[in-house]
Amino acid sequence: MNQELTPEEKEALKHVASKLEFYEEQRRNLIPILQMVQETLAYLPPEAIKLVAEHLAIFECEVYGVATFYNQFRFHPPGKHPIKACLGTACHVRGGDIILENFERKLGIHAGETTPDREFSIEKVACVGCCALAPVAIIDETVHGHMAPSKVEGLLMRIEIEKEMEERAKKKDESGQ
Amino acid sequence: MNPASNEKIDQIFDAIYKEAEKRRNEFREDPGPKIHIGLATCGIASGALETKKAFEEALDEYNIEARIHTVGCLGHCYAEPVVVIDHPDSGFPPIFYHEVNAGKAKMLAKLFLKEGDPRFEHVYGAMEENDLIPSVMEFARFNREKRVVMEKCGHIDPEDIYDYIAQGGYSSLVKTLKLNSDEIIKEVQNSGLRGRGGAGFPTGRKWELAKSAGEQEKIVICNADEGDPGAYMDRTILESNPHQVIEGMAICAYAVGAKKAIIYVRAEYPLAVDIVTKAIRQAIELGLLGKSVLGSSFDLEIDVFRGSGAFVCGEETALIRSIEGYRGMPRHRPPYPVQKGLWNKPTVINNVKTLASVPPILDHGADWYREIGTENTPGTAIFSVVGNVVHAGLVEIPMGVSLRTLIFDICGGIPNNKKFKAVQIGGPSGGCLNEEFLDTPIDFDSLTEAGAMMGSGGMVVMDEDTCMVEVSRYFLDFTQNESCGKCTFCRIGTYHLLKILERLTRGEGEDGDIELLETLSKDIKAGSLCGLGKTAPNPVLTSIKYFRDEYEAHIYEKRCPALMCRPMIAFYFDLDLCARGCDACATCCPVEAVFTTSNRKKGVDQELCVKCGECIVVCPPEYDAVRKVSPPHLVPYIEKPPEKKKED
Ligand SMILES: Cc1cc2nc3c(=O)[nH]c(=O)nc-3n(C[C@H](O)[C@H](O)[C@H](O)COP(=O)(O)O)c2cc1C
Ligand code: SF4
Ligand code: SF4
Ligand code: FES
Ligand code: FES
Repeated sequence: MNQELTPEEKEALKHVASKLEFYEEQRRNLIPILQMVQETLAYLPPEAIKLVAEHLAIFECEVYGVATFYNQFRFHPPGKHPIKACLGTACHVRGGDIILENFERKLGIHAGETTPDREFSIEKVACVGCCALAPVAIIDETVHGHMAPSKVEGLLMRIEIEKEMEERAKKKDESGQ
Repeated sequence: MNPASNEKIDQIFDAIYKEAEKRRNEFREDPGPKIHIGLATCGIASGALETKKAFEEALDEYNIEARIHTVGCLGHCYAEPVVVIDHPDSGFPPIFYHEVNAGKAKMLAKLFLKEGDPRFEHVYGAMEENDLIPSVMEFARFNREKRVVMEKCGHIDPEDIYDYIAQGGYSSLVKTLKLNSDEIIKEVQNSGLRGRGGAGFPTGRKWELAKSAGEQEKIVICNADEGDPGAYMDRTILESNPHQVIEGMAICAYAVGAKKAIIYVRAEYPLAVDIVTKAIRQAIELGLLGKSVLGSSFDLEIDVFRGSGAFVCGEETALIRSIEGYRGMPRHRPPYPVQKGLWNKPTVINNVKTLASVPPILDHGADWYREIGTENTPGTAIFSVVGNVVHAGLVEIPMGVSLRTLIFDICGGIPNNKKFKAVQIGGPSGGCLNEEFLDTPIDFDSLTEAGAMMGSGGMVVMDEDTCMVEVSRYFLDFTQNESCGKCTFCRIGTYHLLKILERLTRGEGEDGDIELLETLSKDIKAGSLCGLGKTAPNPVLTSIKYFRDEYEAHIYEKRCPALMCRPMIAFYFDLDLCARGCDACATCCPVEAVFTTSNRKKGVDQELCVKCGECIVVCPPEYDAVRKVSPPHLVPYIEKPPEKKKED
C-alpha cells in the first residue's frame, strides 16, 4: 500500500532534507536520523527512506533492514488520534487484550493499522509506566487508566462529538462571514 | 594526583556546594508552605499535571504565598498523584496526601493552606514523627524498605542539579578525583556490588578488566534499555534522580580510564530522555562533566543515545551493535565488551541501578554497603511490584528479604479477598513461583535456584483468577516477537512453543503437548546464543513444574481452572439472582449479546458474546448474577436468543 504524500507531508519531507545536512555521513547516525524523520513526518514513507539512504550512501534495503528491526519505526501514517493500548504484563493480567479488541472492533481495524479516513490508528505498546492503573490506554496524549470495555465506546464517541462540534463551528464561521 | 590539584578540586566544588546550600536554605527558611508534587511518568499518567495546575490556580485565587516543588517519584504508584504539603505555620508536620486530583488540590489549598485544617480524612500520614498525625514510617511499605539507590528519589527536583548537590550529591565524585583508579576499583570490589542488569556480574571485576586493557580509548555505557514489558525502575530512577546515575558513570569512567560515556535510554521514555539530557547539560555548566572535571586532569563527555525499542538490545553486544547503526543482534562472547566493545574499543556496560549504587558506596564506604543485604549479594534490590497487589509500585529492599515479606507485608497482599497464586519474577526471562517459594530469600542465587531469575526486576503478583498457561503464552508471545532471529532454535523454537501454548489456551491441546513443550524448551535453551533465547522458555518450564495440573486441565478436560482463557469459558446469568428489569449488563455489553428472556430476566447470546467480563463488573453486588463456567458447554440452556439480532 503506497499512498501519495499529502501536501503537508511533502512540505515536511523538504524539512527532513534540510535537517539531514546536520548529520555526518556516518553509519552510527542512521538510527538518530530515522528517529528525526519519524518525529518530523510521524512515520517513514518510502520517499524519506530513499533520502536517508542517499545521504548515508547505503542501499535502501539496508535502511529498511534496520528500520524494520526496531519497534519504534512505523511505515504507515498514524491516525489523527493515535490510540495506544497497553499490553504490558500488569495490563495483560488485568485484561488489556480485551480493551484492545474493543478498540479494534469499534474502529474496524487491527493493531498497527489506520482507519481509511486517517482519523484513528491503533498500536500495541508495552508498559507505559502506570501499571497501578491497569489496564491502560492512551488516546492522543492522554492516559486513561482503569479501562473497561464499556468505556471504549464513550471515549471514541467523545472524539467524534468534538470533531462534529468543531466542524459545525467552522461552518458557522464561514456562513457568518 | 598531586595535593596541589586536590586543593583546587575542593576549592571549585566548595563554591558549587555553597551555592547549592544557599539555595536550599533559602527554600527551607522561606516560612510559607511548600507543596511537593511527584511528576514522574506514573504521576503524570495519574493526572499530576492537572493537580499541579489546580494548586497554581488555587494559590492565585486565594492569594496564598506558597512554593511548588516538583519532585520525581517516591515509588508509591498505588497512591499517585502523591503530594506532600509542608505547612509550618499550621503546626502540623509535612503531610503525605495520596490520590490528589485537581478537586482535592483546590480543596487542600483552601482548607489546609489558607485555613489550617489538614482534612484528616484525606491524610495518608505524616512525613516525620510527631504527636498529631501517625507517621508514614509506621507503615511497612515505608519502614521495611531500605533506600540506597532511591534514597533521594521523590525528595529532590530532578531538573535542578543544586537540589542533588545540597543533599550530598557529587561529593563521591570529588572523593574519587582525589584517589587513584586502583583505590576506587578496590573499594567497589570490596563492597561486593554485583551488576543489577540481570546476571549479577561483580562490578568491581568488570571495571578491573576494562582498566587492564591499557592506555587505549575506552567507553562507558549506562544500560537503560529496560525492555521488560512490566518493569520501570530504571526509567523512574532516571526521571527522579538522574544525577546519581551520571555521578556513578563519571566515577566508573575515571576508574577505568574512559573519556567518553553513553546513556542508552529507550526512545519510548521521552520524559527520561529529556530529564537526563537536561541533567547532563547542567553538569557541564557547573564543570562536573566535560573538559577537566572540577579542574582536574580528567575529561568526560556523556552522550544520550535513544534506543528504538527492541528487547534484545538490552543484551550488551546487541546494544553495542545498535549504537553502531545496525540491527541489534547479539554476537558471540568472548571477546567480551570490556575487551572489544563499541567500535572495537574496551567498553564497560553497566545497568542504571548498578551505576546509581556507586556514589553511596563511595560515600559511606564498602563496609557499610556489605552490611546491607546478604553475604553473596550485598546491597538492595529494586522491584516494580505490580499485578494483583494492593500497594503496587517501586520497592527497594535489602537483598535477602523473603518474597512473603515483600508481597504481603510491604506491598499489602492481594486485593479483593482473593488468594495468592503465583509471582512472576524477572519478566520474560524469569519464572513463575508458587506459594511454596514464598519464604525464598530474594537474591541472585536463590532465585536462579528456584528457576526464576532476578532479571530486570519486574515482579508480577497473580491471584487465583490468573491462568498460568495464559501467562506463559503471553511471555512467549513477547519473546517470540523480540527474538532477533539469529539462532534457529530461538527464532523457530519460540514460535512453536507459542503455537502450542496458543492451542492449549484455545482448548485444542493434545496428549503429549506438555512433554513436547518441555523438550522444545530444553532445546531452545541449549541452542541459543544470547540470554534471550537461553531464558525464553523459563516461564513455560517453571509454570509446568509448579502448575502442571493446570496444563493438564487445559489438555484433558478442555477446562481453564482460573476461568481466564476466553475460548474455554462461557458467561451466563443465574436466573434466580438476576433482578427483573435491571438493565446494567445489557447497557454495558459492547456487542449487545445480552437479551431479555420471556420472563424479563437476562440471557447471553453465546454466539455474540466476546467474553469481555464487563457484565460481571457492572452487575450490582446485591444481585451478583453473572456466572463464568469452563468448559463452555456447561452453560445452562436458557432460551433461544431473539433471531433478529443476529442478522445485523
Ligand atoms: C535479552 C537480554 C536483555 C537484557 N536487557 C537488559 C536491560 O534492559 N537492562 C540492563 O541493564 N541489562 C540488560 N541485560 C543484561 C546486559 O546484557 C548486561 O549484562 C548488563 O547491562 C550488564 O550490567 P550490570 O553488570 O550492571 O548488570 C539483558 C540481557 C539479555 C540477554
Ligand atoms: S538467542 Fe535469540 S535473540 Fe539471542 S542471538 Fe539468538 S536468535 Fe537472537
Ligand atoms: S461477557 Fe462481555 S460480551 Fe459477553 S455478555 Fe458479558 S458484557 Fe457482553
Ligand atoms: S503494564 Fe500497562 S502500564 Fe505497565
Ligand atoms: S510512583 Fe512514580 S513511578 Fe510509580
